[in-house]
Amino acid sequence: MSRFLDLSTTLDLLGYDFVQHALLAAAVLGLVSGALAPLVVARQMSFAVHGTAELAFTGGAAALLLGWSVGAGALAGAVVAALLLGLLGQRDGERDSVIGVVLSSGLGLGVLLLWLYPGRAANKFSLLVGQIVGVDSTDLALLAGSALVVLVVLAVIYRPLLFSSVDPAVAVARGVPTRFLSPLFAVLVGVATALGVQTVGALLVLALMVTPGAAAVRVTANPALATVLAVVFAEVAAVGGILLSLAPGVPVSAFVTGISFLIYLVCRGIAAARARRPRT
Amino acid sequence: MSTETRDGRPLVRLRSARLAYGPRVLWDGLDLDVAPGEFLAVLGPNGSGKTSLMRVLLGLRPLSSGTVEIGGEAAHRGSRRIGYVPQQRAVDPTLAVRGRDLVGLGWDGHHWGLGLRGRAERRRRVDAALAAVGATRYADRPVGLLSGGEQQRLRVAQALVADPDVLLCDEPLLSLDLAHQRMVSELVARRAREHGTAVLFVTHEINPVLPLVDRVLYLVNGRFRIGPPDEVMTSATLSELYGTPVQVVRVGDRVVVAGAENGGGQHHVEETP
Repeated sequence: MSRFLDLSTTLDLLGYDFVQHALLAAAVLGLVSGALAPLVVARQMSFAVHGTAELAFTGGAAALLLGWSVGAGALAGAVVAALLLGLLGQRDGERDSVIGVVLSSGLGLGVLLLWLYPGRAANKFSLLVGQIVGVDSTDLALLAGSALVVLVVLAVIYRPLLFSSVDPAVAVARGVPTRFLSPLFAVLVGVATALGVQTVGALLVLALMVTPGAAAVRVTANPALATVLAVVFAEVAAVGGILLSLAPGVPVSAFVTGISFLIYLVCRGIAAARARRPRT
Repeated sequence: MSTETRDGRPLVRLRSARLAYGPRVLWDGLDLDVAPGEFLAVLGPNGSGKTSLMRVLLGLRPLSSGTVEIGGEAAHRGSRRIGYVPQQRAVDPTLAVRGRDLVGLGWDGHHWGLGLRGRAERRRRVDAALAAVGATRYADRPVGLLSGGEQQRLRVAQALVADPDVLLCDEPLLSLDLAHQRMVSELVARRAREHGTAVLFVTHEINPVLPLVDRVLYLVNGRFRIGPPDEVMTSATLSELYGTPVQVVRVGDRVVVAGAENGGGQHHVEETP
């Protein structure tokens, strides 16, 4: 247990480049995923995020095997996934099964690619559950650049996207191009997911893409405030998760998901307490 | 708000309008003018093309033939002249949006960007629209936790916040109790009277609206009749429309149409795009 609270080891490790890279990556990731999370929740896209993450894993595995940048591979995989899900699952009733099909095939292909990869096993494992040494400085540049693009595009489409998410019938009548916004948002989510794959891993990226948003909308119905809260929650989980994982050397994702889940529970508790209190 | 729409010329104009899904003709030869301030009820059984008429006016569906104009220009998607109250559907109780956000989206939700610059104007508009429908008290609560009547008031505020010339309401009374049906109908009628808004109001619930409407468009199975309620809502007219004996009975201040749903009402048509 003392290993978990070893402050001097943590401070030591903070002096290393790779740790600083990881913290920067986590901060960028928290910002992007927190900004997207409330909309992911409103559009009921949790499963789609999971499916996209698995394809980001496939892309990362392919890049690992071919000796390319894992970050670029994950990005390519996630964008392909977002487009596939957007094209194949246009009808609501079909979407669920299409995601299941794409997700499992992508994961299977990824497993094959990893098996073909002759390198260290730790690199393979990190794609699934995340590892802070996964981020080098070229990845960091790619990550920051992609994050900036996601945030700018999100800012441009935010209002019509919110409109079509909460009130599709009126949004269509008002001339909002919902059919163009859905796949575009899926691609934004795909890019953000790919960023998460390298730090928290493909299996647990939901902890940053969904949980902070789900927690935020429990405590506020104000969309702007929900976005701010989700960003704060995601930052606390991502950066805090890395800091806590340093001394014990436990995979980052264990702490990130743990913190994220704890915040979610607290928010649910607040919501439940409010519901019991009579309205004034 | 241009002056050309306020000089008594019709805000909604259909000429020889025909709408058909494959071989099935919903209506044909429909000529309809709706004047500023006029409250028109669109009645008829399921599948008679009432919602399709709304979609045509919204520019979401082209006519098979004929023309449709809103305020002098061809109907097109996203027209700023139209306010739209969609079919009442239960809002997901976990949806994290306040009433004021829903109304605000009616004001500028179709614009790109975050809308930080227009915040003061939006707030003023939204507050005014909320006050006009008496929804100020619960404007900051999550929409999903409000009653059907409260949600419907917000819908009306959302449709009116941009000050439209034409208001289209598609079954806005569905799943409301009688008191709320009256309240929503009167809200809409007052808007037509006081702001010169042309209203087309699709409904199955005839009694809350009949005392308020100027004219009725009654659609049945490809046939239709347009006129004041007293002319259209008679046994003779409806029997002719349905092609089967239909009794229109007045019980106190209520109108009961008996036998209609067995006549032409069973022909359901897929009305989704």
